Amino acid sequence: MSSHIDTIKKSELVGDQYKYGFVTDIEVDLAPKGLNEDIVKLISHKKDEPDWMLEWRLKAYRHWLKMKPPEWQKVSFDPIDYQDAYYYAAPKSGNKPKSLDEVDPTLIETYNKLGIPLREQEVLAGVEGAPAVAVDAVFDSVSVATTYKAKLEEVGVIFCSISEAIHTYPELVKLYLGSVVPFGDNYFSALNSAVFTDGSFVYIPKGIRCPMELSTYFRINQENTGQFERTLIIADEDTHVSYLEGCTAPMRDEHQLHAAVVELIALENAEIKYSTVQNWYPGDSKGKGGIYNFVTKRGACRGDNSKISWTQVETGSAITWKYPSCILQGDNSVGEFYSIAITNNYQQADTGTKMIHIGENTKSRIISKGISAGHADQTYRGLVRMQKRAEKARNYTQCDSLLIGDTCGAHTVPYIESKNPTAQVEHEATTSRINEDQLFYCRQRGLTDEEAVSLIVNGFCREVLQTLPMEFAVEAQKLVGISLEGSVG
Amino acid sequence: MALLEIRNLHVKVENKPILNGVNLKIEPGEIHAIMGPNGSGKSTLSYVLSGRDGYQITDGEIIYNGIDLLELEPDQRAREGVFLAFQYPVEIPGVVGLTFLKTALNATRIHRGQNELDAMDFLKFVREKAQSLEIDDEMLKRFVNEGFSGGEKKRMEILQMAILQPKLAILDETDSGLDIDALQVVSKGINALRDANRGMLLITHYQRLLNYVRPDKVHVLANGRIARSGDEALAQELEEKGYAEFNVFVE
Ligand SMILES: Nc1ncnc2c1ncn2[C@@H]1O[C@H](COP(=O)(O)OP(=O)(O)OP(=O)(O)O)[C@@H](O)[C@H]1O
Ligand SMILES: [Mg+2]
Repeated sequence: MSSHIDTIKKSELVGDQYKYGFVTDIEVDLAPKGLNEDIVKLISHKKDEPDWMLEWRLKAYRHWLKMKPPEWQKVSFDPIDYQDAYYYAAPKSGNKPKSLDEVDPTLIETYNKLGIPLREQEVLAGVEGAPAVAVDAVFDSVSVATTYKAKLEEVGVIFCSISEAIHTYPELVKLYLGSVVPFGDNYFSALNSAVFTDGSFVYIPKGIRCPMELSTYFRINQENTGQFERTLIIADEDTHVSYLEGCTAPMRDEHQLHAAVVELIALENAEIKYSTVQNWYPGDSKGKGGIYNFVTKRGACRGDNSKISWTQVETGSAITWKYPSCILQGDNSVGEFYSIAITNNYQQADTGTKMIHIGENTKSRIISKGISAGHADQTYRGLVRMQKRAEKARNYTQCDSLLIGDTCGAHTVPYIESKNPTAQVEHEATTSRINEDQLFYCRQRGLTDEEAVSLIVNGFCREVLQTLPMEFAVEAQKLVGISLEGSVG
Repeated sequence: MALLEIRNLHVKVENKPILNGVNLKIEPGEIHAIMGPNGSGKSTLSYVLSGRDGYQITDGEIIYNGIDLLELEPDQRAREGVFLAFQYPVEIPGVVGLTFLKTALNATRIHRGQNELDAMDFLKFVREKAQSLEIDDEMLKRFVNEGFSGGEKKRMEILQMAILQPKLAILDETDSGLDIDALQVVSKGINALRDANRGMLLITHYQRLLNYVRPDKVHVLANGRIARSGDEALAQELEEKGYAEFNVFVE
């Protein structure tokens, strides 16, 4: 059969045409390359921040200087030259637009190319009667569009950029920023704390069920711009909020560092659902280019009966280093982690979660689906810790890996620590190769090999895809297929 | 022009010769039955026709509708109208049956230059076909073949055939494992697809299927060749005498 040669051609083609690989043509205002106290001060100054914020950034910066990049993760890359990157970039236009009409048309065009679902495009375009999905578009580092704010304000929900929150709600920010991920937590959180430029802030006041999904699209747009998003979500007592984060980036040659920090706080009876579809440029088929994604995401279930649920679909980036975690402090609190990680070509991912059970009767559930193809390498790393006080705490972990081809790798590294004899930890793991019989069955019904892989892998991931909000799920299913193009032959 | 012409087909599996010069010609509208002892290469023939990997074709050719079938990828063959009802249908966990059917149908429709069916039209179309095969909605919503009984899997294969409407249908032991009622249901399904433009190749061990689906020709595959061909009477004869006269080599 001639399939072998065909497939090589096909995969090269696919690598060359990263679907979202375009650079938006908006003028960018750059700070000089490199990182020092002056740059930190400049960022803070450009954002007109209060002194306490600058102090905090400087403390973080000085702490970072004393730290070393982590080396325990199973990924390899050349050392990053932190002095060879830009730490501030903002659209030239400066002032925030008052309505969507004032948003740069190239930005709207960008969203079009990203294939943002029509419903959300309508919201973005401000079409009357459009469904209630709020989009805080983070373009490069500064928010340039915020919609549906008024509607959220009606019920008292605050959804704005973190810069705005620093000015408008300093008490909340002071109370919670760094309370879940202290700046000294790790190398990248320290870096982020020093130089973060923007991100989202959400506060759900007591007793409110947020009336819409809160949704943010991140983009990295400026060549060589490290992205340091900072997100803070606070769900006060008796609340519910679902937050969607979707990302994609234009094509470029040089590696880009992305080190975001996301902090979630759930008070008594609060529930936060945080869903991510991460689709950054993974590098070409030879592994060149692509984003370095070193993210710290952590949620604290502070109150009794609170719940934090992470769902992630990770298909992009050259390197992913990411462990969305839950600290289950409140009694009866629940932490969930649902993950799909797909690595193809030369992508590397070391991802997983930490579930720290502190309160009594706390529960956690981890469902991880890893798919590896090409020359990619992937590790699931998960920590489940039952602290002394965690009476009757329970964890269930299920970790499935699927390999496509025989040049890729998948590894499972569970860490289990239990200091309470009544706590129960259950761990199941499987590794399998994509089933040739299934592939042939699908192809016999007229599906191309790529359609067949996409269908089978979507089936494999079903349990996780189901936890995504409807619209996101559809997008994610397509993404699963796109990410594995060229992986079989 | 014949719908399918197999000429002097030689096939090896893992260097072991399985087919040693098969010749077979199916005209549009004809139903052929292939019988033969276990391990004689019937399923091998069906896999070679549908393009499965792992078979070395050392000699011969297969002309389908005037084109060289062996040049096509399995999915191209399927979209060109070659359908295989599997002897052992495959389970695909997590993939809902309806989704599978829809994906398959649309792949074929697009290839034929037809538009994709929208969700409502598709459901109506499938339900109609499913009903006559006594397949209910609940079964369509389950994952592809997962946990299905042997008989349910076979009915599902026929449903797929009814939906995809192939030009050449190869049914590998679709009657095996069916109870008496299911055999009738399945036979009805096969007969409903009998068409002047469609050819069928029924692989079976039992004459009873051929009482319901009456073949135009019956062949015996033994020792890697079509050892004998005849009409319905041949099936009857085999039922009585078995394969003794074919000197089957057993290794
Ligand atoms: N992958 C394989 N490796 C080794 N031998 C194989 C392989 N596939 C098929 N064979 C052999 O080829 C021969 C023909 O098998 P095939 O499945 O085509 O027989 P069949 O006529 O369909 O039998 P049955 O009536 O039992 O279904 C058998 O001897 C079988 O063991
Ligand atoms: Mg067989």
